[in-house]
Amino acid sequence: MTDTTPSSADAALLTEVAELIVSALNLEIAPGEIEADAPLYGEGLGLDSIDILEVALVVSKRFGFSLRADNEDNLTIFSSLRSLSDYIAANRTS
Amino acid sequence: MPSFPLVSHTAPDAVIARRHGEAISLQRFLADIDRVIAVLPECGHILNVCADRYHFAVGLAASMIAGKISLLPSTYTPETLRQLAAFAPDCQILSDADAAHHSLPAVRFPALCAAGDVVGAMPAVPRLDAAQLVAWVFTSGSTGTPVPHRKTWGRLVVNVRAEGVALGLDARRPLTLIATVPPQHMYGFESSVLVAWQNGAAFDAGRPFYAADIAAAMAHTLPPAALITTPFHLRALLDEGVALTPVDLVVSATAPLPVALAQAAEARLQAPLLEIYGSTETGQIATRRSALCEEWTLFPGIRLEARGDQTWADGGHIEVAVPMSDVIEPLDAAHFRLKGRNADIINIAGKRSSLGYLNQQLVSIDGVRDGSFHLPDGERDGHITRLAAFVVAPGLDPATLRAALRERIDPAFMPRPLIFLDALPRNATGKLPRDTCEALLRTYRTQRGVTHDAG
Repeated sequence: MTDTTPSSADAALLTEVAELIVSALNLEIAPGEIEADAPLYGEGLGLDSIDILEVALVVSKRFGFSLRADNEDNLTIFSSLRSLSDYIAANRTS
Repeated sequence: MPSFPLVSHTAPDAVIARRHGEAISLQRFLADIDRVIAVLPECGHILNVCADRYHFAVGLAASMIAGKISLLPSTYTPETLRQLAAFAPDCQILSDADAAHHSLPAVRFPALCAAGDVVGAMPAVPRLDAAQLVAWVFTSGSTGTPVPHRKTWGRLVVNVRAEGVALGLDARRPLTLIATVPPQHMYGFESSVLVAWQNGAAFDAGRPFYAADIAAAMAHTLPPAALITTPFHLRALLDEGVALTPVDLVVSATAPLPVALAQAAEARLQAPLLEIYGSTETGQIATRRSALCEEWTLFPGIRLEARGDQTWADGGHIEVAVPMSDVIEPLDAAHFRLKGRNADIINIAGKRSSLGYLNQQLVSIDGVRDGSFHLPDGERDGHITRLAAFVVAPGLDPATLRAALRERIDPAFMPRPLIFLDALPRNATGKLPRDTCEALLRTYRTQRGVTHDAG
């Protein structure tokens, strides 16, 4: 993601993305319980690749862009709520 | 002893694979195989975890030529690796990533040849005995221990050559196969690597994941191309609304494809969609054009036979007769319909397990007194329904139990929700009937105020 303008997510976006994850996946936790820097994948929140494609779809609808891995590790974007939110902040069109 | 060549390609410049847009010739492929043979350890079994599909294929070929057996487990949890090590104590890992966390000894995949490294006459394409044991492919079984299934070279070749005919592959107009499934899974193993090897086709080394990555792979691949995928990836691809470049063929397997999704895929990708039916035990045994017909057509030589309340598959390339995990309605000797799944078998996005196996793993955890998994009613079209689990574990907190489960079972089967109870309301025969599980789940959801499954 070298060609995107560095841009980081504010607290409101973190909350919005946490709510999106919880509702898209029917998680049994409150959005506020997702720690910004804890892993979303595997340990931590425990999402798997099925969840990640579901969230990617919802993110594309809400923020008007499609997630891309471009041969990098598919899951880097999902390493934490903050990394996902930063990625959205840098790429969103809506 | 009959034998088959490693690949059906014969010309030195025939394309075996495309990697980041670069065509890799047969001659380079053979040279890369030699490099890997040179670094393979002294052992009889290889766990090939290479993520790059070309690396995987080179590693597989090198292992075969060196007489080593590849292990293809259904999941890679720490518990599975322990079980693999018990099955084949000499097993070593071949990996193309820095993987310090493996519990088994690991060998790093070497640097590939550059185009200029390969000069002179090409050596002959290696041939392997039909009877050579190439791989053990594992299913989770029903008792807590993975079950190995033998795959010999000859039967694998017969199977993927029949697949090539069924898919209409033509070596005079070779397709490039773009696959969203890993080569270590039986479907990707056969339908991205072996089917290309034996039908003059090429495969792309990547494994596009997000919808936009799949779309980009289709846009960048020199036609003719095919997309090898699953209902789950197809739905994501079509739902996201990205622009799609037409391909020449779409192949789906791992779970039955809803007819509406098949029709939408054919319309958007402007290609026939062929669905494959098979299993780890049998390999591929039938195909259908899902947008046009419900009936499956068996591969040549495969027979289905009712024994008791199960259907067994035998004949053709099948190593040993096996019961199928689906309810099958035969129509005639070559056609059948699928009528659902046997109760114990779980299939989540192409990952298969059984309730028996999962329950065994759950109750094996220290502190768990009783426990049972449950597949909730109401699978939604193309969406993934997750398992629930009920557990009696007075001294354990949910996070600890989840961590212990994650050591043992694939993430796809992690229970959601995991419901702690004081006791399981088992009936007089010790069973926990589906109705009881559904009632427990309803009670739980009511208490938590969850009223519906959001799409």
